[in-house]
Amino acid sequence: MIKNGTRLQSQVCDTQVIVVRATDSLDDLRCGGEPMVTLDADKTPRADLDPALAGGSAMGKRYVDEGGAEVLVTKAGVGTLSIGGTPLSLKEAKPLPASD
Amino acid sequence: MSIALLLEMAVSGDPDRLAVIDGESRLTTAELSALASGGAAVVADSGGQHVAYVGTGGVMLPALIFASARAAVPFTPLNYRLSTEGLHQLLDRLPSALVVADDDYVNMVAGAGKQVVRSGEFLAAARAADPVERFADPDDVGIVLFTSGTTSRPKAVELTHNNLTSYVTGTVEFASADPADAVLVCVPPYHIAGVGAALSNIYAGRKIVYLPRFDAREWVRLVGDEKVTTATVVPTMLDRIVAELEATPAELPSLRNLAYGGSKVGLPLVRKTMELLPNVGLVNAYGLTETSSTIAVLTPDDHRAAYAAEDELVARRLGSVGQPVPGIEVQIRSEDGSVLGPGETGELHVRGPQVSGRYTELGSVLDAEGWFPTRDVAMVDDDGYLFIGGRSDDTIIRGGENIAPAEIEDVLIEHPAVREVVVVGLDDPQWGQIIVAVVVPEQRSELHADDLQAFAHKVLRGSRTPDRIEIVDSLLTTDTGKVLRREIIRELSEKLRSAT
Repeated sequence: MIKNGTRLQSQVCDTQVIVVRATDSLDDLRCGGEPMVTLDADKTPRADLDPALAGGSAMGKRYVDEGGAEVLVTKAGVGTLSIGGTPLSLKEAKPLPASD
Repeated sequence: MSIALLLEMAVSGDPDRLAVIDGESRLTTAELSALASGGAAVVADSGGQHVAYVGTGGVMLPALIFASARAAVPFTPLNYRLSTEGLHQLLDRLPSALVVADDDYVNMVAGAGKQVVRSGEFLAAARAADPVERFADPDDVGIVLFTSGTTSRPKAVELTHNNLTSYVTGTVEFASADPADAVLVCVPPYHIAGVGAALSNIYAGRKIVYLPRFDAREWVRLVGDEKVTTATVVPTMLDRIVAELEATPAELPSLRNLAYGGSKVGLPLVRKTMELLPNVGLVNAYGLTETSSTIAVLTPDDHRAAYAAEDELVARRLGSVGQPVPGIEVQIRSEDGSVLGPGETGELHVRGPQVSGRYTELGSVLDAEGWFPTRDVAMVDDDGYLFIGGRSDDTIIRGGENIAPAEIEDVLIEHPAVREVVVVGLDDPQWGQIIVAVVVPEQRSELHADDLQAFAHKVLRGSRTPDRIEIVDSLLTTDTGKVLRREIIRELSEKLRSAT
């Protein structure tokens, strides 16, 4: 299973994420339809960006699946984050007042 | 996740945003990042395995936090108000440290057997160096802070990169600040709130305005000149700001939020601040060094609701520290370790990714399930609001009855002639301990011990009414406003012994 803190990149866009909460489902984490790979890996996509999965990832946002997996986008891109073919959903944060 | 990634994201989000203002010095996120990468090269070249800083902070704080992170070595800001001997004792506990010191403190650290570089020289070398970036393991220690040591030898709290970034990403939305937002930071660099402010405001995209040496008049001026929107203060600073605003009224129209924390603020001061600044939202932030800053927040809405409430249960929340932040779980436990329910008082335990609970030399104090014993007496109400009743070490045992000093202090501070108060236990042959209230009276008011005892007796049971009232000019506190109870007890004991 992938570890918390692992940094991954998309093979078909600029998206980069860091794993905040790992679950087994993240083993099939994709962006733009293609599997995400570690930051030090070469990009060898089998296909181009899937137009059906081109909704984009937003900088600094957290994305989750129903099983509790969570990733944080550290660099935005045009691909959609998904587990297999199921897009991750944006985690809504309850705004806290600044306290620092 | 490494601390360094927080800055990397900020640069990626908006490299040209003004990030730090410190006097004449103004840096964008990209400039701060360049300084950090150059600083990492200076640290790497020195061979130091740790970076220590003795100085008043300002731009030096984020510069050194991120330079150390990019050099993959831990960073420790030290209390610049310590004596030479005190500084040396702490530096001895940081082997192979590179010491960066402001000009005023270079002589104090010179004899500590460490490599020392002046702050100005460090910045100049960082600007000239080729950037370096090493990658720290997220579970490596990123920051080590010494506790103030009010009850024992200062403890070296180890905060990992993951602890700190969990706190920031769990409580702050990336780039959520308005472009016009500015935070005024006057908490010292060696305090967890100083470290938290540097990390979370850069992540939020909020411009940081530094006021390295707190002064109430200067604070009010900077709020106006820099159109400051949020600020954080410790109780003693809040007290001085209120006094300044009473003497010289000012509107502070830009200020939206004013956060206070670090130690307990008396309710009369909270109410006075709300009345003086009705358009400013107050935030009570509760946290410990060991929890990477804030773990519970009483929001501006909570303050207003409690202030206006007729329902006693809601009204009393003005004295609570609010509800836990996301990712933090709380438990109240009795002395035998059993978990208590709402309304019951015991010791606060907390758990979550931002909680370290680990000390150099001592190791981790987390239990098998990851819970950290805060040693704070606490209670949670039916709606999850957390009330803190002081340190468990300060509990007074009078005639076999356990008494939390905070319970008595909360009553006495409401007396109109009381400005500040601390309640302590003194050894007594008859009762084991007696309750002594040490009181600083309001200026131009007459305070009589009998009146105050009668005032207390109306609310508290007889066994909780102070046995003695001591009237003093001021209370001994740390620089950040923590009352030095041990010192006060020692002085009182000596005074009473010599009187008999």
